[in-house]
Amino acid sequence: MGDLFTLPVLLGIIYYGIRFATPYLFAAIGETFAQRSGVLNLGVEGMMLMGAYTGFYVAATSGNLWAGLLAAAIVGGLMGLLMAVISVTFQATQGISGIGLHILGLGLSTLLFTTTMTGVATIIGFPSIRIPLLGDIPYIGDILFNHNVLVYTAFLLVPISNWILYKTTFGLQVRAVGQSPQAADTLGVSVKKIRYITVTLGGVLAGIAGASLSIALINVFQENLTNGMGFIAVALVYFGAWRPYGVLLGSLLFSFVNAFQQWVQLKGVAIPADVAVMMPYILTIVVLAFSARRSTKPAALTKKFERGEA
Amino acid sequence: MKRVLFQMGLVLMLAFLVISGCAPAATAVPEAAPATEKTVIVEVEKVITATPAPVEEKPFRIALVLPSTTKDASFSQSMYESLMKLQGEMGADKLEIAYSESLFKLPDAAAAIRDYASQGYNLILAHGSQYGSSLREIAPDFPTTAFAWGTTVNTFQSEGINNIFAYTANAEQGAYVVGYISAMLSKTKKVGFCGPVEAGDGRSYFIGMKQGVHDADLGVTVTPIWTGSYSDVTAMATCAQTHIQDGADILSGSSQSVTGAIAAAKENHIYWFGQQYDMIPLAPEEVIASQIYDFNLTLKDMIAAINAGVYGGKVYTLTFKNGGLELRYNKDIKLPAEVMEKSDALIEQIKAGEIQIPLN
Repeated sequence: MGDLFTLPVLLGIIYYGIRFATPYLFAAIGETFAQRSGVLNLGVEGMMLMGAYTGFYVAATSGNLWAGLLAAAIVGGLMGLLMAVISVTFQATQGISGIGLHILGLGLSTLLFTTTMTGVATIIGFPSIRIPLLGDIPYIGDILFNHNVLVYTAFLLVPISNWILYKTTFGLQVRAVGQSPQAADTLGVSVKKIRYITVTLGGVLAGIAGASLSIALINVFQENLTNGMGFIAVALVYFGAWRPYGVLLGSLLFSFVNAFQQWVQLKGVAIPADVAVMMPYILTIVVLAFSARRSTKPAALTKKFERGEA
Repeated sequence: MKRVLFQMGLVLMLAFLVISGCAPAATAVPEAAPATEKTVIVEVEKVITATPAPVEEKPFRIALVLPSTTKDASFSQSMYESLMKLQGEMGADKLEIAYSESLFKLPDAAAAIRDYASQGYNLILAHGSQYGSSLREIAPDFPTTAFAWGTTVNTFQSEGINNIFAYTANAEQGAYVVGYISAMLSKTKKVGFCGPVEAGDGRSYFIGMKQGVHDADLGVTVTPIWTGSYSDVTAMATCAQTHIQDGADILSGSSQSVTGAIAAAKENHIYWFGQQYDMIPLAPEEVIASQIYDFNLTLKDMIAAINAGVYGGKVYTLTFKNGGLELRYNKDIKLPAEVMEKSDALIEQIKAGEIQIPLN
């Protein structure tokens, strides 16, 4: 147990906690925009899988990681657009259509993997970039300023999305549509247009989240690579009370505890491995339970909107 | 007029009688024909079909149900390629193979197993230790269909079910050599292991590795991290990275999800030992060797047993001795001669039963 609370272990937890918060951040911030406009997208997992596959395949065949990332964003965006068509235009029940998109993404990415690739392969992903000067700070430099470009982007996305949501007209419209679509509509805001934009944006970020795994963090693709991360991302939006900084806190906490439980096992702490593995999930449930009352859930979340309806 | 009609009718009637009277006479000829003539006709027919009608030999039909894909570079692919190799040996006309992949979910797998049994497949391979309860339920409904599952040693014969084979691998054998060699190669004196859950192959592999490291007696330690999942590639990647952060310079692991750990080893240029399938192509500069499962002989024996009317009740074990296990080294990674000599010697000792690796 004594070995667990040492500086190298702490640094290791922080480094991997930051690194593996990346896919959660991309996916959960995208989902925050969608939910803030009133659309619950449970298809994030499927979009991440398609992004992970597309990113890997395009990067591996073209030899260009940026091309892979762009392709993943496009495919994710198209799936987001599909979700918007189903849930906004056709007004299908959002939860069900999201699950449908998840199954579509899981099946399609597996099918494409088995038909277009000769087998599991690895790739050299985005390299780590040490930020000059900051990267040289003892201890902190390595764990905070020596990551790949997608890790930096994910963390930069938090203040940017916060600014968009709270300081721009577009952000105000998104919040208004999610809170009271009828009122927003009477003020001339196109509810459908806003929801199309946010759900498609959510798809783009989910696609990038998947690609961050396959071409930046793990650098491999195989079936069901995300293994439920998309659903965790949806939970993190609730956890973060639909605010980017709340999502950041949730992503880091989940990722840190995940890294911590591996160190618990490594250092031989007398806790069964099965219990250690459950730690991040238990923590998420506990925090969700305590934060449920103070959360500011968008009033129109999951509710269909039709002009003229009260 | 009436008379004319009567006469015409009479003529027609007579004509009918004459014609109909002739008919029996025509058939009377063969009836009256001698028996020898009949024989001649039959013989002629025999001559026409002188070449014996070809006996339609039905192909042996095997169905394979897999938890992951046939391209998982691990457990599923090792069985799939063993089957493909066997089909290459027997010929596609003699051995028919069907498969269903990515059936992690038990109800889906059970439906596929029952479906294959209903279609009359001779042998249904449920390739996963999670499929036991499904076979126990389905097999009694198809007593002349053989089922097999693994890795396990339970054929359910004690419960009166006689059409289930079981197969397992002594994963600890190769793992022992891996552990011993890792201890010889480690400079940091730390070896890491990434496993899914502490059961089955993963558990026996770690036990073998741990004993190998211990028997090398070089002051090296090996520590496990269990991810709790057979499919969580990300958890495997973080597992490997945690070991590396802790200073381990040799890693190994077991399960379909170790590809994530291998990618992490590749990124950090840390040596890796593969398990279940040849993982050298995944990281040609980092994977030193792989313990490979070869089900070829097991499958051949099952087919022979089924053809002889035995549909189950037998346990097959892959070992170094019977050729079911192979520790294949990466020719592009040059190891010290004493390491290779030790590896060969250990394998021979395991084959001879001189090294025992208790799992309990």
